[in-house]
Amino acid sequence: MNANQTTKFIDIVGVEQTFKTKKGPFCALRDIHLTVAKGEFVALIGHSGCGKSTLLNLIAGLTTPTQGHLLCDNREIAGPGPDRAVVFQNHSLLPWLTCFENVYLGVERVFGAANKSTGAPSENKVQLVERTNAALALVGLTPAAQKRPGEISGGMKQRVGIARALAMEPKVLLMDEPFGALDALTRAKLQDELLEIVARTHSTVVMVTHDVDEAVLLSDKIVMMTNGPSATIGEVLSVKLERPRNRVRLAEDRHYVQYRKAVIDFLYTRQSHVEKAA
Amino acid sequence: MVSAVFHTPLSAASIDADNAIKREASHAHSTRASAIKASEATSSVGSEPVEGPTGTSTSSVRTERAPGYDWRGLILAVLPPVLGLAMLVAIWALVSVGTKGSIPNPWETLQQAIQIFSDPFYRKGPNDQGVGWNVLMSLERVALGFGLAAAVGIPMGFLIGRFEFLSRMFNPLISLLRPVSPLAWLPIGLLVFKGANPAAIWTIFICSIWPMVINTAVGVQRVPQDYMNVARVLNLSEWKILTKILFPSVLPYMLTGVRLAVGTAWLVIVAAEMLTGGVGIGFWVWDEWNNLNVKNIIIAIFVIGIVGLLLEYALIKIATAFTFEEVKS
Repeated sequence: MNANQTTKFIDIVGVEQTFKTKKGPFCALRDIHLTVAKGEFVALIGHSGCGKSTLLNLIAGLTTPTQGHLLCDNREIAGPGPDRAVVFQNHSLLPWLTCFENVYLGVERVFGAANKSTGAPSENKVQLVERTNAALALVGLTPAAQKRPGEISGGMKQRVGIARALAMEPKVLLMDEPFGALDALTRAKLQDELLEIVARTHSTVVMVTHDVDEAVLLSDKIVMMTNGPSATIGEVLSVKLERPRNRVRLAEDRHYVQYRKAVIDFLYTRQSHVEKAA
Repeated sequence: MVSAVFHTPLSAASIDADNAIKREASHAHSTRASAIKASEATSSVGSEPVEGPTGTSTSSVRTERAPGYDWRGLILAVLPPVLGLAMLVAIWALVSVGTKGSIPNPWETLQQAIQIFSDPFYRKGPNDQGVGWNVLMSLERVALGFGLAAAVGIPMGFLIGRFEFLSRMFNPLISLLRPVSPLAWLPIGLLVFKGANPAAIWTIFICSIWPMVINTAVGVQRVPQDYMNVARVLNLSEWKILTKILFPSVLPYMLTGVRLAVGTAWLVIVAAEMLTGGVGIGFWVWDEWNNLNVKNIIIAIFVIGIVGLLLEYALIKIATAFTFEEVKS
């Protein structure tokens, strides 16, 4: 793997996204240039309506840009695929399947057939079940494997969503406000777990958030976006805090406080006119 | 005393507390000191039964109070429906008196019904068969017509829901044909199929297909976008999308369509059979009208109602078993 591939694992070049609406074209994003290195944790932060989720959907391939292009691992992103797993904000588990089956659905798709690009042979059912169980164990949900999403708590549902994404061994983990709908205590717990999992799996992560602490605590790079419409990247902040990070120790850390202040300053001083045109 | 058995320990304890208060009141005529003594005794003994002279009064109070507590729930559950039925029977009896007996009174009808239902499955020639046979023949027609309609309508609903083009193509046709009275289709059926029985089945088919097509299509259109995004991110095959996402998520809508369709089919079969003849509950009604046997007509009305009720109830049970929690953001 050459240096270019490592530093520009995800490469977003001059991307613009315009939606057709009844009132004419609506420009959500313009002039987006961003690179994400392999193993890097990037947080997208900004006020609501600034196109954070639009950008994430573009990386996921759920939408295609009107201008510019996106590369992942030197290949153009043409559509969604299991190499870029998404953890949705509202977990999006299928309510008629058990937690196990929800995770298994993705595992079966990725590893149940021979992989042409990596040359990996198809795995048998025992191996697939093993992978599924391992993913559930990773998020600490082995006891709830046979329960349906309706029978478990919101935090557990979100963990199943993370397990489903991780079980596919994606190149990139995309998270769309994964903890936004959870209470503060559950959120903190899942953030800690996520930190641990990412440290273990060396995943590349792009996460949309509107929580300043979450962004500083988790990420290597915080991408701050200007307000919409026609939002763009306002500033990129590199977070050079040592890992493993501990939220209690960081609370009094001088650098942590500075990073936090920088983000808050951007969000509330320079981009404070929220929902002006929305 | 018996009804006290139904209480949970918790409610029994609350009754004990109530009784303690009551007992205090009942002892108010005696000296103040003894009343205080009684209440002290209860509080010190706690939930254990109070022995001694007050013990007898406790049990007598409980027998009065416990059934009263039970009656409320029972009355609310049983009394309104019973009253409703009683009202129906009363109006029926009044009408019977008012028409000087040309509408038979409830009692006569009940006796006739007992006689009919004592032997529901007899055959004495093509036009004289037991009520059981009539109902079964009608149900068979409904099942056939409805089954065909489901076999055509549900896949059609899936296609219309999935493809915008087909939706625009078929929507005007559905809007045009749906309001047509099912019986208007009967002559076409008679003409094409040249037989009363297939014509009746055709009528059932054409009237029960629309609710299933429309509800299935709406269900497909309302599959949450989140689920479809999951399917796209996981890159599921069309077959997996159909079996793991579309079908389970459309199922509740589809079952609503099925329920409406069965309801309509059961309404229409009676009318269709009146016109086509043969064996069937609708034909039976018409036959008994020709015989001027009004008692049997009234019995038939009840039979039709009860069978329809059972069909509806069964389908609601199935529908609730297949309904899952939707995505909530």
